[in-house]
Amino acid sequence: MKVKKEKQKLVVIGNGMVGHHFLEQLVEKNKSIVFEVTVFCAEARPAYDRVHLSDYFSGCSAEDLAMGHIEQYHEWGFELELNNPVIAIDREKQTVTAQNGSLYTYDQLVLATGSYPFVPPIPGHQHERCFVYRTLEDLDAIRTAASTAQSGVVVGGGLLGLEAANALKALGLEAHVVEFAPGLMATQLDEGGSDLLRKKIEALGVKVHTSKATELIAEVDGRLRMQFKGGDELLTDMIVFSAGIRPQDALAKASGLQVGERGGIVIDNCCRTSDPKIFAIGECALYEGRIFGLVAPGYSMARTAVAQLTGAEIFFNGADMSTKLKLLGVQVGSIGDAHGRSEGATAITFVDEQGGVYKRMITDAKGQKLLGAVLVGDTGDYDTLLQYHLNDIELPEHPEQLILPSVDGAGSPLGASALPASATVCSCYNVSKGQIIDVVHGGCQTLAEVKDVTKASTGCGGCAALLKNIVDTELAALGMEVNNHLCAHFTYSRQELFHIIQVGEIKTFDDLLDKHGSGQGCEVCKPTAASIFASLWNEHILEQAHVGLQDTNDTFMANMQKNGSYSVVPRIPGGEITPEKLIVIGDVAKRYDLYTKITGGQRIDLFGARLEQLPEIWRELVDAGFETGHAYGKSLRTVKSCVGSTWCRFGVQDSVSMALRVENRYKGLRSPHKIKMAVSGCTRECAEAQSKDVGVIATEKGWNLFVAGNGGMRPRHADLFATDLDDETLIRYIDRFLMFYVRTADKLQRTSVWLESLDGGLDYLREVIIDDKLGICAELEAQMSRVVDSYQCEWKSAINDPEKLKRFRQFVNSGESDDKIVFVKERGQPRPATTEEILKAAESA
Amino acid sequence: MYQASAKPDPFNSIAITRPQWLPICRRSDLVSNSGVCALWGDTSSEKAGNTFRSEKKKGIALFFLPGQDRQLYAVDNWDPIAQAGVISRGIIAELEGELTIASPLYKHHFRLEDGVCMEDANIQLATYPLAFNGNTVYIGCNK
Repeated sequence: MKVKKEKQKLVVIGNGMVGHHFLEQLVEKNKSIVFEVTVFCAEARPAYDRVHLSDYFSGCSAEDLAMGHIEQYHEWGFELELNNPVIAIDREKQTVTAQNGSLYTYDQLVLATGSYPFVPPIPGHQHERCFVYRTLEDLDAIRTAASTAQSGVVVGGGLLGLEAANALKALGLEAHVVEFAPGLMATQLDEGGSDLLRKKIEALGVKVHTSKATELIAEVDGRLRMQFKGGDELLTDMIVFSAGIRPQDALAKASGLQVGERGGIVIDNCCRTSDPKIFAIGECALYEGRIFGLVAPGYSMARTAVAQLTGAEIFFNGADMSTKLKLLGVQVGSIGDAHGRSEGATAITFVDEQGGVYKRMITDAKGQKLLGAVLVGDTGDYDTLLQYHLNDIELPEHPEQLILPSVDGAGSPLGASALPASATVCSCYNVSKGQIIDVVHGGCQTLAEVKDVTKASTGCGGCAALLKNIVDTELAALGMEVNNHLCAHFTYSRQELFHIIQVGEIKTFDDLLDKHGSGQGCEVCKPTAASIFASLWNEHILEQAHVGLQDTNDTFMANMQKNGSYSVVPRIPGGEITPEKLIVIGDVAKRYDLYTKITGGQRIDLFGARLEQLPEIWRELVDAGFETGHAYGKSLRTVKSCVGSTWCRFGVQDSVSMALRVENRYKGLRSPHKIKMAVSGCTRECAEAQSKDVGVIATEKGWNLFVAGNGGMRPRHADLFATDLDDETLIRYIDRFLMFYVRTADKLQRTSVWLESLDGGLDYLREVIIDDKLGICAELEAQMSRVVDSYQCEWKSAINDPEKLKRFRQFVNSGESDDKIVFVKERGQPRPATTEEILKAAESA
Repeated sequence: MYQASAKPDPFNSIAITRPQWLPICRRSDLVSNSGVCALWGDTSSEKAGNTFRSEKKKGIALFFLPGQDRQLYAVDNWDPIAQAGVISRGIIAELEGELTIASPLYKHHFRLEDGVCMEDANIQLATYPLAFNGNTVYIGCNK
């Protein structure tokens, strides 16, 4: 017979992020619970995410921030005492006394009491309009005070202080930051970084006052006057103190535990205090004379304490205090010895005053090891630098390349293979590269599975890119294919599906699904198949067989806007338009009361058309000679042009004629993603051709062709593909380039990403398209000719086909229009009404 | 059962919960493998002050899937997430073995059978029985 083990009594004081993590880890690492756990929490609610506290001001609720849930604690069998702080510890009797008077005995005690905000003892600091920034209740109080205030001051220019300043700004106040030191974020940043941060923050409208010591806070005529040493003063309506934290060690001190000279409960590398039955973790603990005011080291202490209780061997050996964050929208990163205080340290600095970027690397005397770094304005290199620093990896021969902007995309981030197995990839959950490789070898074959098993990248997510890199590299090393299946219904990539449809001459989705797929299709595979059908066979998209496959924009040949109305974009090739046509657009816009805007691609967008109005609008436009602009499709959008040699005194070629020729040739081509082009008449590049999928720039000898540029979320400059081409060669190369892209790209893959993923890159592309290495150029050209020859204006065909027009009824059984689409006027034009405006109108009706 | 069997006879179904069946549109108004929107409620008379946000009138999205076990579905056209009447204009998508409609604005999936949002089970569209009677499409609603 098994003897039931007597449960040990474990008391945890404090239920912040670290205390909660401790309990989570305890449950996870110790499946057969042998502890009877009681948790004391001074606040009214269980643990919440204090790192994202400021999100509380931008719409996050207390519930959203919650980490611990009462139900969860019940499930674990833990007793949770909310609103009931411990007021005394009797170490001899091994008991704690709670505020409500109850007495609890313990076998093991964990102190996770955290810290409290430091408020400098300035006379007047207790004024009712002075606050701290620590708990949700503090934030509630700040919000209430801000509702009647004009301006607010944050005392403290550190990390949390700037966050508080952002919060005040978000609450609509004029925000000031007052800092005692000469610079902002003095702990993390050097002078150069701090100066730039200050400039950026001031540019955002936050007033920064440094080297200011506040001597007195006094109420004057209902406002607060801050008096500074040296005579300056500042008038404000409220003050938030954020001048650092102090460990919450009063309880420990009173019970005779050893504390540091300037506070903090002294712990060893097992997180034990001077009493072996008592642990201290998180911001209340002092390890080798240091307090760690970040959550990751706190978590690390929590894991150490759990290991001690469950017999595992994990020790706390200090923690890296490097941080990367966004303060008021400014990217800031600090790694290791940011101030270069180590002996023999040398530095490499990169400053781009115009772009507002400051980067500084601190290396050892020989320039071989990275000791620290400061990044302001651009933290793109943070992950790479951090790995060099944490893993003592030897720096490359020209370390400056690590922070210099890459000229031709050559700036190589530190690949997964360069890291040692011991390298920490995810510091939130303490996952090393070795552990990730182990689970991949153990059978995890997708990123999601690896995340699930290791928890890596499920905390702050900062390591997501590196994690993916490691998983992909490892899978490739194991000879496994990375899954590129289109969706659950087709076990093929888009490229494979393209070939299947082409070779099998498949014309309908049903046929395709029958022969090569399973199930009933979805919103991923249906439009993809429709796009391939269009690229190959170019049938009208509203043919009966294709109707159910299209996204709403393709179905109604217009762009759906947020209230369910549509926008209409007639094609204006090359941006060239006659006054007559301009007047027609104006007339139509006026007649249907449409919002009118010139787009970034030299066209005119007409917004606010109701579904049932689309055919009438297009009938008028088509009658006036307009064609569809395909603004709704994954297809050729615009070909932007400058005025070229015809008018411009610098132009060397007729860019308008070429833009017209190109736009008219490729209009209607369906592709994996939308395509934009531009033609510039000289190297001044007024058409911005280098940010387009296909860019053409005139030279004195002909045309330079650029490919695979991209604006949008991830901008990329186009690559120079060929120079000084004559008209015919230019068109031939574009034909081949576009068709090769259409045939081989993945679904929704832009030309920029496609080129980057092409084995062999630009050189390979040149071999295929210019040298015809694969012998496919004739076929590519022929296929493009078929598309060009079978072009029809989709709208022109639709308005002449009563069957197709049936789709454009708001209600199939009534001629009424949708009364839930409501517009209001702004600057003389209609715009969608907001929900509030709709409700208001409904009340007064 | 609302499928179009050889002889649909929805009018003699169970007495107690029997919905009232009313014509909503013609068979030819439906579009195979896609959706259309029909106006439901009092469409004949315009009552004063009742044209806006009327409880009596609303758009209903009708879906026709010829050849399937069940070929007619009707759900509310109003997308509560996007706050717009656009459900009928989405793509019919199979997700985790369930037939859904993917809303065209923010791509949430609503199960055709019961209107439940696959991404957030707390959100549900109202559903209605639908049946063919000859060339007329009938909708059932509880009075």
